[in-house]
Amino acid sequence: MQTQEIRRHTISILVDNEAGVLARVIGLFSGRGYNIESLTVAEVDTREQLSRITIVTSGTLMIIEQIKAQLRRLVPVHKVSDLTIEGPSVSRELALVKVTGAGEKRVESLRIADIFRARVVDSTNESFVFEIVGATDKLDAFIRLMEPLGLMDVSRTGVVAIARGPNPI
Amino acid sequence: MTGAEMVLKALVDQGVEVIFGYPGGAVLPLYDELFKQNRLRHVLVRHEQAAVHAAEGYARSTGKVGVVLVTSGPGATNAVTGLLDAMCDSVPLVCLTGQVPTHLIGNDAFQEADTTGITRPCTKHNYLVKDTNQVARVVHEAFYVARTGRPGPVVIDLPKDVLVGKGTYAGPAKVKHKTYRPQVKGDIKAIEEALKLMAHAKRPIFYIGGGVVNSGQAASQLLTQFVHTTGFPCTQTLMGLGGFPGSDPQSLGMVGMHGTYEANMSMHDCDVMICIGARFDDRVTGRINAFAPHAKKIHVDIDPSSINKNVAVDIAIVGDVAHVVEDMMKLWKAKQLRADDRALKAWWGQIEKWRARDCLRFGASNKVIKPQYAIQRLYELTRSRDTYITTEVGQHQMWAAQFYKFEEPGRWMTSGGLGTMGYGLPSAMGVQIAHPDSLVIDIAGEASIQMNIQEMSTLAQYRLPVKVFILNNQYMGMVRQWQELLHGGRYSESYSAALPDFVKLAEAYGAVGLKAEKVDELDGVIEQMMAVNKPVIVDCRVDPAENCFPMIPSGAAHNEMLLGPEDEAEKPISEDGMVLV
Ligand SMILES: Cc1ncc(C[n+]2csc(CCOP(=O)(O)OP(=O)(O)O)c2C)c(N)n1
Ligand SMILES: [Mg+2]
Repeated sequence: MQTQEIRRHTISILVDNEAGVLARVIGLFSGRGYNIESLTVAEVDTREQLSRITIVTSGTLMIIEQIKAQLRRLVPVHKVSDLTIEGPSVSRELALVKVTGAGEKRVESLRIADIFRARVVDSTNESFVFEIVGATDKLDAFIRLMEPLGLMDVSRTGVVAIARGPNPI
Repeated sequence: MTGAEMVLKALVDQGVEVIFGYPGGAVLPLYDELFKQNRLRHVLVRHEQAAVHAAEGYARSTGKVGVVLVTSGPGATNAVTGLLDAMCDSVPLVCLTGQVPTHLIGNDAFQEADTTGITRPCTKHNYLVKDTNQVARVVHEAFYVARTGRPGPVVIDLPKDVLVGKGTYAGPAKVKHKTYRPQVKGDIKAIEEALKLMAHAKRPIFYIGGGVVNSGQAASQLLTQFVHTTGFPCTQTLMGLGGFPGSDPQSLGMVGMHGTYEANMSMHDCDVMICIGARFDDRVTGRINAFAPHAKKIHVDIDPSSINKNVAVDIAIVGDVAHVVEDMMKLWKAKQLRADDRALKAWWGQIEKWRARDCLRFGASNKVIKPQYAIQRLYELTRSRDTYITTEVGQHQMWAAQFYKFEEPGRWMTSGGLGTMGYGLPSAMGVQIAHPDSLVIDIAGEASIQMNIQEMSTLAQYRLPVKVFILNNQYMGMVRQWQELLHGGRYSESYSAALPDFVKLAEAYGAVGLKAEKVDELDGVIEQMMAVNKPVIVDCRVDPAENCFPMIPSGAAHNEMLLGPEDEAEKPISEDGMVLV
């Protein structure tokens, strides 16, 4: 408990999909000074009206434990799981990356996209929009490589994650 | 049924008897229904903040959920301080707020406020009801949430069209919360481990807080038995006073910034700390990295987020105090555990030495009334009566905590977590409503009392014989003390200038005003105060220069207490403390 090392954790929160629930979660983070590195939210169970919020946050072990305990205290929260420590999990992020340019740079961007298995989802004579899916690091690397090639815009979804194996989160 | 009818029916079905409120446009349908019935009593306050504090006093002195009713916009924003106060001190409340009709929400309508937005961080939970059919469910759910687990305030925001509209009522039995089920039974393995630590402890201490009081009379009785069985010393936080009998020989009194020397030294030197329903608040721990450096720590709390928040503990037990302590007691007996008597004897020997320092000693005087002496006399003259004490915030609050001893929970109502000046008078009002024949005293400061003084009018209207006992030192004493100790004696804006004549003020409100200026007048004035069956303000003129000791200055450790003015001269407080609160 004494370690001061800052770690990154992916936390999955199952909540009632009701008005204000996202504000409660975000307000908790801002009010208590916790980090949000990424956040995604969408309804995942229409019958029970449940949404899943996936938050990537960072802090010392004590802070991470505190974040989870505070989240569990919110009344509309059903379940809080720490995917970083509760067994193996997969996490993915999607980015749409717009690159503009012509000539050699344009060709180079296509070549790199191919290596990264990014798809072209829109193109004009002077631009591409790539769709890339993967872990955060992979997206970071791809975007960095696009920078000198005419990177114009990036739109990222933030991380979604799920436990590996047959059991639910 | 209309929404408004359903609200009132739901309140009655929840066993509510009293509502503290203030009307306005958005809640007129509710007031109309109130007019037509006689099951619910409405107490009309003079300011919405006071309605919330009154409901707090009511709740804390009865163990029931307090109920508040205010209008939209300014009604709701005026209630915010009270809501946060209840949040910080874990007081169960349901606060009904009016709202503009749903079709106007978001349009900056007259008296519109984003009430659920504003109150989200200062309530345990809140609701905006958009459908009349949901009214009954939400009200029942709100009561459940407010009183279950760690109690707290819940706001229900009710748009006017929802109150006027028609829908079907659902009784409390039909409403079950989807998710919220706090754990009340402690983990037996963890309890067994804790008991093992306790049986081997050489220098143990119980450190108990408001959770014991909140858990109810039974919790505090069980705990008292358990403390007696073990023979360990027991210290209480400001919120925990009364959770263990204050005059019990095993009580070390209050812990923390203005706690006793013996309590703080024992906390510092202990080897096993059993924290029950307390939260290692900064007023208690002092400098965190010097807090109880040799102790194994056991923490019992119903709120998992209180565990390992400020201080890392060795054994965590999540559960309700009454359940956990009952299991502890059973297992202690079943396993035939015994405290280490020899070690305990030596430990008590050390504690008695600390006690012998008599840290609450003060320079007695026969010229001027010392504030500590005033509380001592108040205690001696009222202790045999059926008495409830509330306070405002400042030095007088700390002196009350130090010198008034509470033998059972629910007798002491003070604003601990938020430290809200203006809490005491409305809170006393709520207590008196719940206990009409008891002696209810607000121990006040001359500055704090002015923050909700308008409630004298409410006392008059409902013939509530609350006694306001002002320790009038003509200063915001606590501010003055910090300025003396940390800011070179520059008393910036802390003098209480242009004070009203409190005796005349009392009379203007139809109450009785009394004044005590000399030491030999004091007892007589207190007797007189108790003899009148009317609200009373006592203007007790006390030494304006007195400071509250002992004190752990901000940023200092438990064993670096200042015991009194002599100490203060010897160990000047480091200016480092200046940035701390
Ligand atoms: C609403 C509010 N405003 C400001 C403060 C800061 N504060 C704490 S104690 C205090 C002075 C209180 O003076 P008084 O009521 O005369 O009590 P004394 O300390 O003199 O006993 C102040 C201003 C507070 N606690 N609450
Ligand atoms: Mg004062």
